[in-house]
Amino acid sequence: MIRFENVTKRYPNQSRPALDEIDLNIERGEFVFVVGASGSGKSTLVRLTIREEVVSSGRLLVGGHDLRRMPQRKVPQLRRQVGTIFQDFRLLPNKTVQQNVAYALQVIGRPRRAIRALVPETLELVGLAGMEKRMPHELSGGEQQRVAIARAVVNKPPVLLADEPTGNLDPATSLDIVRLLRRIHDSGTTIVMATHDNVIVDELQKRVVELEAGHIIRDEEGGSYVPKAVDTRDLEEHETEREDVGEGSGPPPEDRPIGEVGALDAWDDDAEDLLR
Amino acid sequence: MKPSVFADAWEGLRRNKSIAVSVILVTMISLYLLGVGLLAQRQVDQMKGYWYDRVQVSIYMCTSTSQQPNCSGSDDGATQDQKDSVASQLEEMKPLVKDVYYESEQEAFDRFKEDYKNSPLASNIRVGDIPPSYRVQLSDPEEFDTVASAFEGAPGVASVPNLRQVFAPLFRAINIITGVMIGLAALTLISAVLLMATTIRQAAFTRRREIAIMKLVGASNRTIRTPFIIETVASGLIGALMAVGLLWVSAWALFDKYLLNQQSSGTAFISSADVWVIAPFLLVGVVVLAVGTSTVTLWRYLRV
Repeated sequence: MIRFENVTKRYPNQSRPALDEIDLNIERGEFVFVVGASGSGKSTLVRLTIREEVVSSGRLLVGGHDLRRMPQRKVPQLRRQVGTIFQDFRLLPNKTVQQNVAYALQVIGRPRRAIRALVPETLELVGLAGMEKRMPHELSGGEQQRVAIARAVVNKPPVLLADEPTGNLDPATSLDIVRLLRRIHDSGTTIVMATHDNVIVDELQKRVVELEAGHIIRDEEGGSYVPKAVDTRDLEEHETEREDVGEGSGPPPEDRPIGEVGALDAWDDDAEDLLR
Repeated sequence: MKPSVFADAWEGLRRNKSIAVSVILVTMISLYLLGVGLLAQRQVDQMKGYWYDRVQVSIYMCTSTSQQPNCSGSDDGATQDQKDSVASQLEEMKPLVKDVYYESEQEAFDRFKEDYKNSPLASNIRVGDIPPSYRVQLSDPEEFDTVASAFEGAPGVASVPNLRQVFAPLFRAINIITGVMIGLAALTLISAVLLMATTIRQAAFTRRREIAIMKLVGASNRTIRTPFIIETVASGLIGALMAVGLLWVSAWALFDKYLLNQQSSGTAFISSADVWVIAPFLLVGVVVLAVGTSTVTLWRYLRV
């Protein structure tokens, strides 16, 4: 389903590649944790898979399509096949739960009848039945992430990418979210989840791919994740603070196009910086 | 809802609204200037057409009262030989010379009486005061000088007044006006384009969350870009329509109202109807400009 063949991703003005000759094959229907410290290349892996970044060398196949050769106009088609959720939910603050989920279908031109059928069904699936009319700020973090998940899967994509989906949630809520992801996985969706939350990884006992400085240092079924003992806490605090820089890589924010998927900073309210 | 969300939305809207108004106004001004330039050019063409149709080389022959130095040799005016020589020379200049008409002293007198019948001048003039002349129609009015110079100073020819010299400064003045108008229009069009680009950027920034989500869930580029293009085209079109309206009012006031009433000479003026001839070009032009500008701007700021 997703195959990295000798993939290297190098950002401009970075001495070390974010991903260095990675080989990774994820089969249809798998549930894979991608773990590793901040800057290990997890987010880059996600961004390459939705063609937000293009590989520098090597080949990346998603659903049989070579993303490097994929013309720009086919990218939307790819993204309809790959649902994505993030640490910061990315809900539209002025739309209700229902509208947020429906929006994803409206903008890809699904007919109103399909939307009317799919949205309630998906909200039911993620456990938000009865909250359709709520606004995002009236919801807890876990509920907001459920809305984001609903939006990501409402079009029934075969692949779901989750980039630190529990990074902003407390441990109990995190487990709820991951159990929800497992339920979605059980219905046949391939899930790739980047995380550094060892509790979750240990709980699910799925395939674990560990990255370190752009290399895969471990790939095992039913694995666990033991963050490097010495500086776990430091790393995590460090990571939540710095995650918005996206692995500290890519062009600086002001050079990025508006609304770039991975540009978390564009999501902040005080994104005036972008116009400077 | 959080007040800051409202404040944010309102602030963005207000800012975009004022910038949209400036796009409309700048577009209007630039197209107005462009329109004035185009109308002035149409005026020149019209006058040229009008005068060139009527331009004839008038070769005035000497009379007994002629003062011109060329006529000093004879007290009785041009001889029949001299007249015949002019006539045969004109005959040789065909086909440049399309038509020749000899206006005798009596005919010249009658025409003057008719043209100036309301003027006190008419009663003071006698037969012979206006010299006989050859009225020459040219197949190509631009060749006026060729014909005029051939007879200037010929024996028995009193004068060959050059009508074009009378109009040349007028045409030149209108051409300068056209140049200035089109130059100003170009400058203001540049500001219009830059403002359109700024507006799109601003609007895209205001809707950055929606855009990010649209990209994330795989909305096509067209879906993402069309609203911005429509907005730009709409403000451009509003500006263009206002410019056309203003042009019409200006042309109506100047030509239909003022100059038509002043008219005595029969000079052809354009009218407010000419605004409808240039309006489609202005409207189509602004649409092309708006679509082009927004496509380029969006290509720059809204890459997938």
